[in-house]
This record gives sequence, structure tokens and C-alpha cells, in this order.
Amino acid sequence: MVSRPSIQELQEIARRARIETIKAIYLAGSGHPGGSLSIMDLLVALYFGGYVNVDPKNPYKPDRDRVILSKGHAAPAFYTILAFKGFFDKELLYTLRQLGSPLQGHVSRKHTPGVEASTGSLGQGLSIALGMALKARVDGLDYRTYALLSDGELQEGMTWEAAMTAKHFKAKRLIAVIDNNNIQLDDFVPKVNSGIYPIEDKFQACGWHTITIDGHDYNQILEAYDEALKVSEEKPVAIRAITVKGKGVKFMENTPAWHGKAPDREKFIEAMKDLGVSEKEIEEFLSKYDRKN
Amino acid sequence: MFLYTKDAPKGDIRKVYGETLVELGRKDPKMCVLDGDLSTSTKTAMFGKEFPDRFFNVGIDEQNLVGVASGLAYDKDRAVFASSFSMFLTGRAWEIIRQHVGYNDLPVKLVATHTGITVGPDGASHQMNEDIAIMRAIPNIRVVVPADIHILKKVLYKAHETPGAFYIRLTREKFPIVYPEDVEFELGKGHLLREGKDLTIVAIGLMVSHALDAATILKEKYGIEAEVIDPVSVKPIDGNLLVESARKTKKVVTIEEHSIIGGLGDAVFSVLGEHYPVPVKKIGIPDVFGESGTAQELLRKFELMPDQLAERIYKWLKTL
Repeated sequence: MVSRPSIQELQEIARRARIETIKAIYLAGSGHPGGSLSIMDLLVALYFGGYVNVDPKNPYKPDRDRVILSKGHAAPAFYTILAFKGFFDKELLYTLRQLGSPLQGHVSRKHTPGVEASTGSLGQGLSIALGMALKARVDGLDYRTYALLSDGELQEGMTWEAAMTAKHFKAKRLIAVIDNNNIQLDDFVPKVNSGIYPIEDKFQACGWHTITIDGHDYNQILEAYDEALKVSEEKPVAIRAITVKGKGVKFMENTPAWHGKAPDREKFIEAMKDLGVSEKEIEEFLSKYDRKN
Repeated sequence: MFLYTKDAPKGDIRKVYGETLVELGRKDPKMCVLDGDLSTSTKTAMFGKEFPDRFFNVGIDEQNLVGVASGLAYDKDRAVFASSFSMFLTGRAWEIIRQHVGYNDLPVKLVATHTGITVGPDGASHQMNEDIAIMRAIPNIRVVVPADIHILKKVLYKAHETPGAFYIRLTREKFPIVYPEDVEFELGKGHLLREGKDLTIVAIGLMVSHALDAATILKEKYGIEAEVIDPVSVKPIDGNLLVESARKTKKVVTIEEHSIIGGLGDAVFSVLGEHYPVPVKKIGIPDVFGESGTAQELLRKFELMPDQLAERIYKWLKTL
């Protein structure tokens, strides 16, 4: 493994990324903070832990690793990571969801460099990822394909069509990461449709290797990614990452209500404080960017 | 110029599809083909036999079929052909087609073999009479309906070399040969197959040969001279050719083996309504479901046989 930032450094990147994500959603006045915050540590470890071979200067070079954000509503988190990686200017994050912005409400390959597939309609990303993994075989390339899934979208039948088919074609270097924050739009997952559990058994029955981790513990995340890289040479790998929806912002944590709404000014300030932003910085940000008040 | 006569030989649309895929696969080592457990019916199995590494039979899961095809096509560096029966390909997987193939204008060529009422004995569950309507409605998707094996081959070559998304509507049935082997196909360019001054008939697919036969009957029985146009591509449609013909004849009939809602008829209606409003009669499958029967029996039941078409058109002309 190439040298990578320490765990403390990764955690600091994630904290800053959470701040930018919430700023973007606040300015947009809409968006999905809960699922953006829950997947953040998984994204930071992936992109800054050395697991994704991408070049922001040449975002679609043929041998790059592919990351498909199947849970397309986590777009604010994904855009923040892409901006931090240098795919585009960070200022662009503050145009999220605005007319004419390249940062669409759900990720779109047509609009944003670094995005591999246009998603937003759930349950489709694993199929797309499988197609990309099979393309590597056709072209004799050995790039990796990561599909970042929500737990709720495991209710979509198409996810399992793809899971079965990946086994049939012995897909290589295909890794699914499931952000298991246990909340979907209406309520906690077990209250809406508990049938997705147990997750591991289902993927195993489809011929996948599974790993279960705490999706906010960097030691566990990095170990899981290392294991996935090895095992995915033989069979597809699903990492079930148990996460906290809204992670990092106390009043959002584990609360279905924060699945898909933006904080108002008061709540925004509270969130920023939770994430360690000083009052002076918050004030500066609001006076520069907040056109709502 | 054109070969067509009432006794024209028939050509096997599906077989020519399979053969042409193999030809294209030999020229293009990157091209991929997918199917959903119907490859022996759609004839994509012919490609699979010669190029097993670039052929993916994903089983009975059409959403995944289109998803995997999109994953193969997202870099837009190759043509990807995906086939099934139209009901499952365009119906079952509609939203996946919209989100990926359409939205990103991916070079996925959706080719459906079992369409319309002539699917026959399988009954209403398999008779896809709404596919043109739902594919037309998606931005970027070019909708093409070849009338015989000769133009089919040209359509497939064109789809292969043209970047972007296609829906190509084939058939289970063999179609009479309408065009010479060297027919040309250009997207959005129709063919004027018969000249006339009294009315314009616009038809696609199998209905092109039926329209030509109906035109002969109209002439012989009633002395009515019908112009016959095959637009070939329903989207984009050859507006100039339609308007030019309507200017001359002032009356237009559309004939399709598809619902009269949202198909060829509405596409023609839209163009003429805006540029040269004349009376338009839409002939096709009315707003009902089909049923089991042979293709010929069903075509008769829905009054799409040439003699029936001639009578329907004649009666309509009398009401004007």
C-alpha cells in the first residue's frame, strides 16, 4: 500500500468534508444531509486512503478505478470529496442544486467530472458497476469497480438481479459498500421493510464474500478495503458498513426526519458548532454566501 | 426503383439481425451484445457463439440487462446491443433506459424482436403495442422501425456507427421484401415508395407492404391514387417529406402495428398539426389489449390486412 494519511488526518479530512457538505445543503435549501454524513468516512477512506486510482486532470482515463454512487442522494458528500480531490473548485459546492450548476441534485455524469454514472433512482448502481467490471474484462484492464449502496435500496429487486449476475459471470474487482445507517425516508428500515436483513446472508447466498464493519471506525474501514482488494480477485465483495445517519451533527444523528431536508439558519449554526467551526467562521461564511437572510 | 410486388418474397428479420450482429462484431472488436434468456429467439445467440467473451446473457432480469449494458457503454467508446422481447426490454426496463441510456445518450442500441400484435399466440401479455410511445417520449432515443431485411441491415450499420441511443423495433414475423438490397438509410430520412395525388399513406414496419397493397386496391377498385411513405425512423421523423406530400394530397392516413396512442400516428400528427394541418386518420391497434391467435388472424381481427385497410381508407375519405 502506498503511504497514506494517518487515521487522524483522515478523520480531519472527513470533519472538513462534513462541514462543506452541510454548508452546500444549507445554501441549496434542500438535499439529503443524513445519508451524506453517514457515508462520509467510507468515502474519505476510499478516496484518501489510496484505494481509488483517479486523475482529476484526466477524469475518464480508461484504466481508472470506477466509483458508482448508487445512493445518488448522497451527492453533496460525493461532490465534496471530488472537490477535495481536485476535480473542480470547492466554491462550486455552494452552487449545489441551483439552476445552471454542474452539481445536480443527484449525481449526473453529464454534468460533473469524476461522476461515473447518473443515479438518483435507487437500486440501479450495482448493475451499472457490474457492466463496468465486465468491461474491464473485455478490454483486458484490471481496474476496480466500487458500488456505494444504501441499505434502503436493497429493497429494489434490481440490486439482487445484479448480485446474482455478478456471481454468474465471476466478476472480478467488484466491491459493493453498503452504507447501513438503518434509516430510509419514511422511518427506520426495520419499520418500513425489515426484509433486507440479514444483509450478509443474502449476498453470501448470491456468491459474494462479505465483511461487516463499523462504518465510522477507520481501522475497520481500511482493513475491510484491504481485504476486499484481495478477495475481489476471486469473487465479488460486499462490505456492510454499519453507520449512523447524520453522523457528526448531534441533532441529525439517527433521526429519520433529517433524511432529506436542509437545516434552517439556526440549525445550520448549531450543526457547524457541532462540527467544530468557530462562531467567527460561521458568521463570515453566512455573510459572504447566505443570500436567504 | 423498388422491388415490391404483391407476391414479394419474405425475409427473416430476426435471422438477418443475428447475421448482421456477427458481421459488425467481426469489424469491431470492442462491440458487446447482451440478451436476457431469449437469445435463441432474438438470434443474438449467433453473436454469442462467435464472440463468447463479448456476449452476456444475463438471464431473466431486464432491468439488470439494461443496467449492465449501460455500465459497458458509459465511456461511450463502443456500441452495445441489448435485445429481448419488446414487452420486457422497453416495458420492464423503461426507467433504467430513461435514467442511463436516454439521460446520458449512451451508445446502447436496444433491439426488440417481438413487437406488436403479430407476436400472435402468446397473447396480450407479450403483444407490445405501446413500445414506440414510451420510447419516443424519452429524450435522445432514436426510434427506428425497419420494414424489411434490406433496410434492417442498413439501420443496424447506421446504429452501430452513430454515437448515442437507439430503439430498433423488429418483429417475430417474416416481412415481405420492400426495398432493393442497396437501399440507403439515413436517420430522419423517409422513403417515398409510391407517388399519388389523392391521399398520403404513412406506414412503418410490416404495414409498409400492407399499405402498398392497399394503395393498389384503392387504385384498381376506386381509382384513388395514394402516395405511400415509409418514414423508417419515427424519431426523428422526416417532417419535410410528410409536409411536402400533405401539401399535394391534403389527406393523410397513418398505419402502424402499434397502439394509435403515442406511436407513428401521433408523430405524424404533431408535424402536420404544426406545419400543414390536414385531416389525419390514425390506423393501428385501438385502445385495447390483444389476445391469442395467429398473426394473420389478429391482423384481420384488427382490420390491418390490405383489403381491410383499403376499405377503411375509402370509407374515411367519403366522410371528408
